[in-house]
Amino acid sequence: MFTVLMYVVAFGLLILSFLKDKKKTIMALKKAWKSFENILPQFLSILVIIGIMLAVLSPEVISGLIGEKSGWLGMLMASIVGSITLIPGFVAFPLASALLKGGAGFMQIAVFISTLMMVGIVTIPLELKYFGRKATILRNSLAFVFSFIVAIAIGVVLG
Amino acid sequence: MKMLLNRYKFFLALVIINIIVYALYPSVGQTSIDITWSNAVEMLSIIPPIFILLGLLDVWVKRETMIKLMGEKSGILGVLIAFFLGSAAAGPLYAAFPIAGILLQKGSKLSNVLIFIGAWSTTKIPMLLFEASSMGWKFMVTRFVINIPVIILIAYITGKLLSKKEKQYVYEQAGNRSL
Repeated sequence: MFTVLMYVVAFGLLILSFLKDKKKTIMALKKAWKSFENILPQFLSILVIIGIMLAVLSPEVISGLIGEKSGWLGMLMASIVGSITLIPGFVAFPLASALLKGGAGFMQIAVFISTLMMVGIVTIPLELKYFGRKATILRNSLAFVFSFIVAIAIGVVLG
Repeated sequence: MKMLLNRYKFFLALVIINIIVYALYPSVGQTSIDITWSNAVEMLSIIPPIFILLGLLDVWVKRETMIKLMGEKSGILGVLIAFFLGSAAAGPLYAAFPIAGILLQKGSKLSNVLIFIGAWSTTKIPMLLFEASSMGWKFMVTRFVINIPVIILIAYITGKLLSKKEKQYVYEQAGNRSL
């Protein structure tokens, strides 16, 4: 649904742009293609890494890793799994919901979701290309630390 | 040809690893190929509009305009625009980096671009709706509310901890990318 909306907006603007200035529009498309082609090797690599990783770390394995463990050890485990894996939301949320029903704590699940979203070990090589080493490391480490704060706050509110 | 091979060598190595995994553990290898394929299809379906918008942004939005909207002196407006751009997006986080690159190249403040990245990773509207449906509204709203200051803090601390020279480097990287 949302993807359709993105297409409508992008192509709507593209047509508008074309009506206003053909030359500029062609330049925009060239730029779009060049930017895409520029990071295609990284994109493809990330896709294969995610594939291998999720094949090994199946939902069952992840459940085993963070499902029953509680306390700080459980949170640490959840944060590590969240940081290194890259699971799309439509897989991660049902998994998280199932883990909650299976007895995992709110804090463990919250730290898993937060690190999953904000910390991306797999995508660091790509991030480096755009932000440089220091900014990338800082952003990811801060996101890792703050994931715990978010999780504790969620635990306090919902626990 | 040699250059092409060089650029894709890491990808090719991964493909070979996957083939080896497939040979040793057929079921794991098969799952991996299935996941990669379905993610590739998903990526290809979501990426064309993102890059078209990136191209249009590059051609139509002047540097001066971008500096005014998201630059050093943009203040709260820049923060709001960064949040809006990131939240209105769809697609995995790694698709946000090229857009971040162009925002930097056009003169956006680094902390605003980091807010954009934070919003893209955490407060994407389509994902929030999905989160609410599987985790419940209370979980989603709580996480959303806490994450807004967290995203801003991460962006500001990162910005503050970088020296002038390191920031300069980030902008130069972004500039070189335009070629």
